[in-house]
Amino acid sequence: MALFDHTIKELEEKLHNNEITVEDLVAESYKRIEEVDDQIHAFLTLNEADAKAKAKALDNAKDHGASLFGMPAGIKDNIMTKGLRTTCASQFLDNFEDPLYDATVMQKLNNEKIVTVGKLNMDEFAMGSSNENSSYTGARNPWNTDHVPGGSSGGSAAAVAAGEVLFSLGSDTGGSIRQPAAFCGVVGMKPTYGRVSRFGLVAFASSLDQIGPITRTVEDNARVLEVIAGHDKMDATSANVDVPKYTQSLTNDVKGLKIAVPKEYLAEGVNPEVKEAVMNALKVYESLGATWEEVSLPHSKYAVATYYLLSSSEASANLARFDGVRYGVRSENADNMIDMFKMSRSEGFGKEVKRRIMLGTFALSSGYYDAYYKKAQKVRTLIKNDFDKIFEDYDVVIGPTTPTPAFKVGEKINDPLTMYANDILTIPVNLAGVPGISVPCGFSENGLPIGLQIIGKHFDESTVYRTAHAFEQATDYHTKRPQIGGAK
Amino acid sequence: MADISKEQVKHVAHLARLAVTDEEVEKLTEELGAIIQYAEQLNELDTENVEPTTHVLDLKNVMRKDESKEWITQEEALKNAPDKKDGQFRVPSILE
Amino acid sequence: MNFETIIGLEVHVELKTQSKIFSPSVNAFGSDPNSNVNPIDLGYPGTLPVLNEEAVNFAMKAAMALNCEIATDTKFDRKNYFYPDNPKAYQISQFDKPIGEHGWIEIEVNGKKKKIGITRLHLEEDAGKLTHGDDGYSYVDFNRQGTPLIEIVSEPDMRTPEEAYAYLEKLKNIIQYTGVSDVKMQEGSLRCDANISLRPIGQEKFGTKTELKNLNSFTYVQKGLEFEEKRQEKVLLTGGEILQETRRYDEKTKETILMRVKEGSDDYRYFPEPDLVPLYIDEAWKERVRAEIPELPDARRARYIKELGLSEYDASVLTSSKEMADFFEEATGHGADVKQVSNWLMGEVSAYMNKHYKELQELAITPEALAKMINLIEDGTISSKIAKKVFAELVDKGGDPETIVKEKGLVQISDPEQLKVIVNGVLDENEQSIIDFKAGKGKALGYLVGQIMKASKGQANPPLVNKILKEEIEKR
Repeated sequence: MALFDHTIKELEEKLHNNEITVEDLVAESYKRIEEVDDQIHAFLTLNEADAKAKAKALDNAKDHGASLFGMPAGIKDNIMTKGLRTTCASQFLDNFEDPLYDATVMQKLNNEKIVTVGKLNMDEFAMGSSNENSSYTGARNPWNTDHVPGGSSGGSAAAVAAGEVLFSLGSDTGGSIRQPAAFCGVVGMKPTYGRVSRFGLVAFASSLDQIGPITRTVEDNARVLEVIAGHDKMDATSANVDVPKYTQSLTNDVKGLKIAVPKEYLAEGVNPEVKEAVMNALKVYESLGATWEEVSLPHSKYAVATYYLLSSSEASANLARFDGVRYGVRSENADNMIDMFKMSRSEGFGKEVKRRIMLGTFALSSGYYDAYYKKAQKVRTLIKNDFDKIFEDYDVVIGPTTPTPAFKVGEKINDPLTMYANDILTIPVNLAGVPGISVPCGFSENGLPIGLQIIGKHFDESTVYRTAHAFEQATDYHTKRPQIGGAK
Repeated sequence: MADISKEQVKHVAHLARLAVTDEEVEKLTEELGAIIQYAEQLNELDTENVEPTTHVLDLKNVMRKDESKEWITQEEALKNAPDKKDGQFRVPSILE
Repeated sequence: MNFETIIGLEVHVELKTQSKIFSPSVNAFGSDPNSNVNPIDLGYPGTLPVLNEEAVNFAMKAAMALNCEIATDTKFDRKNYFYPDNPKAYQISQFDKPIGEHGWIEIEVNGKKKKIGITRLHLEEDAGKLTHGDDGYSYVDFNRQGTPLIEIVSEPDMRTPEEAYAYLEKLKNIIQYTGVSDVKMQEGSLRCDANISLRPIGQEKFGTKTELKNLNSFTYVQKGLEFEEKRQEKVLLTGGEILQETRRYDEKTKETILMRVKEGSDDYRYFPEPDLVPLYIDEAWKERVRAEIPELPDARRARYIKELGLSEYDASVLTSSKEMADFFEEATGHGADVKQVSNWLMGEVSAYMNKHYKELQELAITPEALAKMINLIEDGTISSKIAKKVFAELVDKGGDPETIVKEKGLVQISDPEQLKVIVNGVLDENEQSIIDFKAGKGKALGYLVGQIMKASKGQANPPLVNKILKEEIEKR
């Protein structure tokens, strides 16, 4: 049995019929990790003893009422897990063995009886698009380990793609769920801002961050989001909006669906293979009875600059708490307070994190606030308005998730701007706060996955899932497996 | 406006409490300069009558009732502290 | 050259909500270090603030009591600075949209009334407490972190340290009446920084100011400002220049001492707090809060003078704290004479409080007991002299005055027959005094009264004693 050949629903049935046990599932997960993780480095911390104990307890309890009963999951390492080391892939938090509390999403998942297999690799503090900014060995792409898995939730996408876990959680500030999902050929959802509680997600850019699921199928994804979504009193920015049964929206019916395709999303810079895959996807939708038209999101080209100013500014404040007083690694080389701050932070943070803290501090500093931070907030309004306008006439916006398939390790790491440009198609979605999903829609000539991005209206994840599911059911990209460790 | 000087980089590093070597200052001046230059493209847009977006959702008055709740013990509060003594977090003095 | 002094004050007041402003930790003073904290207060990664509604209500109440206009659209901002007692390295505060603006209070110095403007009142979170050990380390206790705080910034309207003192007294008085804070400087629930500058009389432009910090009492604020006023004058008169600096007042040397020179303005990189959504305070909300504000000291004082006929002085003393004024009204509500209650509160009660360093609410005596005791004096059951004994018992141990009087046998002797026996007993033993009195020596009568009171253990009704004594002497 290979985990990745079954959906949550199928496994649930097998558990129910006593064909398998939770212990089997969890053992399978660690076995697969043993087989492949020294190549893909998806995990930073394993929770093996606790996970196996929990599996046993769940098997004994035999109460299968919970909606994710016994499902082995991996959690991005910027989501707080009580009693389980949480590092954000940063040396600063290398010794953060017990974060003291569970993120709201963890409480919800635990209520539904998941088994946490371990914590997943990422770009340090979620800053990056390749996992090369992990302060540990960066995760690699299971389809070709010379390539990056994407970022920042690279470990989350790689672990699911390689079949190490059934599902994972990632976080998405500018594409950090969708981009690695596209690179690794899995399904990644960034929900509407405010849909999922951020309480317990280590903040990168508070006004953009969202937690979301990464899975192999759309149905699994909808199922996990049903659990983690919803209003949380601990997060003042979480919306008090009812959570529909997303799994019930998977009707396979997209007749009459109105699709907008922004010309800016297929402009120059988008690889021809990617473009072709997207055009083929649109044909699939046509065949299913949907219609599509080319539209314009005229402020798209300003999204990257806007994003880097806003996210770095917020990050410069969010990451200021890492000062070596209450947790984390304090520099041993400081003998006064200011040096303690400076040296602990300089020794604990990696290059990219420092670069963004510097940019954000500058953008907020006296004399520059209006020109950079406030200006970017205003352009954000224009970008949001672009979407509002399109959504008056269309149900979803569709385009590629990334301009290219996964690039090679080392290819872009020395040029921040080129790296940043990779997020051009995912960033506007965060700026507008709308939901977006990436589903597999093809492969490049050299066998790397390509992702299709489907963007919906605020709180309309249902339509996004329905659209994604219909495509998935009409194609077989999601059944393809990377050959790493000998796919079974 | 698009340029950033080494002195500014040093000042910003101090504000952000980051220790930077001369080499790093050099590199950061270049890199930040490029990013800021890139960000200048936003000035192509007339935003005079545009409201800034701080919150993408239109939420207001989200508050909680004035109720207290036990959560962690003193021991837990100090659990991850790099240095502690007598129930307090210990840090080097301001001055050497 | 003659100078004019310009003073402005920044006052921080901790609000006594049950929980903290952005987390559900207990808001309490004097607990074990780091025992009233949770991951939010400690700035743990991933934690988020959620605003305490009562903190907003309290801030609005204070702002309204200080005659501020209340904002309709307001919000919170991050104020960024690193310090070990500031766990997130930003303080959640209000930058450009304070909850209250354009307020004022009226002070009185040497019989002259003056309005002092209040620029703004905003809501923010308090920091933890940093103490410096003598071992080369500093220690942080985060219990205070997240205590709701209002910062009240005055206009530079004060011209003398005395006015600054009066402003603080009045501010404290008003806030205490609203019930939103203990306003205890010794516990840090009220803290004050003072800005002072001098300018030549007639000049419009302000001079460079210095800031005084670590001022531990209103008296030290005044003394610190007095010292600083003289110091600046001396510097200016000798052709020197005032530097923009922060100074502290040393209580021992009675001087202000330089802490640091400010280089430019601090760069706090304020920006709107993305974790908290905006506040919209509509009229209904404002009215709800306004309705909860009790009668404030000025109004109360005026009422005491006008309706109760108290002197201005008495009315001022009685309204100097809400506890005193409430005690006063409750006692008079129990039927005791207004003037008598006022005298007892300002006399014996205040003397006791001063002697024992106690607050009114810490005394065992209740307003009802004081009222009853006064009524016992009025109806002649006890003498004023006996009343002092009863009061001593009440203030220490509490209880019911009538019971005390009965149990201790302190009832006044007003029965003429009983008094005649005592009077004649004393007269029998003091023949010479009778002769002296009849010879016109008035003093002798006083002596005899004293002896009679002594013989009656102080319980004889003094006016009756006087009357009966004269009658009995006549008879001899």
